[in-house]
Amino acid sequence: MYELIVIGGGPAGLAAACEAWDAGLRRILIVERDKTLGGILNQCIHNGFGLTYFKEELTGPEYAHRFTQLLAKTGVEVRTDTMVLRITPDRRVHMTGPSCGYRIEEASSVILAMGCRERTRGAIGVPGARPAGVFTAGAAQRYVNVEGWMPGKRVVILGSGDIGLIMARRMTLEGAKVLACVEVMPYSGGLTRNIVQCLEDYKIPLYLSHTVTDVLGRDRVEKVIVSRVDENRRPIPGTEMEFACDTLLLSVGLIPENELTAAAGIRMDPRTKGAAVYENMETSLPGVFACGNVAHVHDLVDYVTRESQRAGAAAARFVLNGPAAGEEIPVENGPGVSYTVPQRVRPENVDKSLGIFFRVNRIFGRSRICVEAEGREVCGFDRERMAPGEMESVTVPKKLLAGVKGGLTVSVREVEK
Amino acid sequence: MRELVCIVCPRGCHLKIDDSLNVTGNACPRGEAYARAETTHPTRVVTSTVRLVGGQIPRLPVKTGAPVPKELIGSVMAELSRVTVTAPVKVGDVVISDVLGTGADVVATREIPETVKI
Repeated sequence: MYELIVIGGGPAGLAAACEAWDAGLRRILIVERDKTLGGILNQCIHNGFGLTYFKEELTGPEYAHRFTQLLAKTGVEVRTDTMVLRITPDRRVHMTGPSCGYRIEEASSVILAMGCRERTRGAIGVPGARPAGVFTAGAAQRYVNVEGWMPGKRVVILGSGDIGLIMARRMTLEGAKVLACVEVMPYSGGLTRNIVQCLEDYKIPLYLSHTVTDVLGRDRVEKVIVSRVDENRRPIPGTEMEFACDTLLLSVGLIPENELTAAAGIRMDPRTKGAAVYENMETSLPGVFACGNVAHVHDLVDYVTRESQRAGAAAARFVLNGPAAGEEIPVENGPGVSYTVPQRVRPENVDKSLGIFFRVNRIFGRSRICVEAEGREVCGFDRERMAPGEMESVTVPKKLLAGVKGGLTVSVREVEK
Repeated sequence: MRELVCIVCPRGCHLKIDDSLNVTGNACPRGEAYARAETTHPTRVVTSTVRLVGGQIPRLPVKTGAPVPKELIGSVMAELSRVTVTAPVKVGDVVISDVLGTGADVVATREIPETVKI
């Protein structure tokens, strides 16, 4: 019997386990399906991690290393090479691996930290032939950075998410020719700094409002056709461009890894496409928490760490002090906002302040973020610029939540200069 | 006057720098330093991998311990292609010292234990 089982040993699981240990839990198990801890950070060898959390610029493996070192100072048990197959509502965790066989472990609390997966060609319906040479950007990243294989020599990248941008630079440095990065939206889905240092530094053209409309090749990709799209994202005939290439990388979005969550009957949020959570990252199943990319896809690991610490502390509180109490109110997305995390709040259970993560649904210039209750502004925050590719967060002091009934709405409106 | 997007942190400030190197639009001093460096002698930290033997994986991730001149990125990559490292490796182990006379060491960014042979 464990006090806490953490599923996933990436940045979310590591931060959650360390925090739960610090909060007093002593029987903690991390279950990780890969052979080592660190998760996706191990293949993200570029720098830029840790700027807000550690106040210095680290690479992905270094960021993971900071946490595995912290973990080594605790008595947290780790089972690598082990796959969790099922979680039951009474918190029995079914797992299988070479060191434990098929085993069912009981836990007083569970933290879901399985991360996310990439959307594939099938998810976006790229037309054309189906030769070898079409990879998700993250798969290509693992081949190049961990396993030492080059997926191809002449590359087109569909989607301008951060992994696609990072891979444009990475493939170029390793000797490939990256012909184009193609984005269906009129703006990039990645961080501006990655457009600058991954595309502009290497003179890789970015085609906004364009998409891949055909893939040609018998055994291997031989060329792709790229067309401009109209405002409804429909390809415009006559705008076709041809790129002779052997590889198409897809960076077309991430979705939370939901199999275990959904099978356990946990309430999902169609907006985040992950588990719906309370202020302390608890899911609809008491004692089961979700954090990191399994709850909603982040663009910065620093935020994953903070959110996961919240989950770790809350799991410890659940085990040591019992379930959270209090009335609950919904948090909803108003105009300009595509989702919020958490989705529900128990004001009584908020510590000093309520942190709300959200994304805007288009690019905003100078604007004001309003947190409202029944049409009244509870608090507001000013921003110079916001983009859907960059997650935003606001902090609402607990005292402002007193007396709030009926729920909170987060909205964004542009303000005059 | 030149406009730049700061790449020091994910905030991505939109900077302006004039001919006498006065910087505006930065939210922190690092942005000012970045805009000056980018205008006079642009530099980048290079991250890549080198060949690794004796570990569980065949590639060791590395970085330059300090930014190197942007025009030397290709040459740094060529230097890295000539290196083979043997496990065990600790984070921060020097893989190439003072690469190309830039003053920056190339260091390991991942800990790799020696694979136990059975």
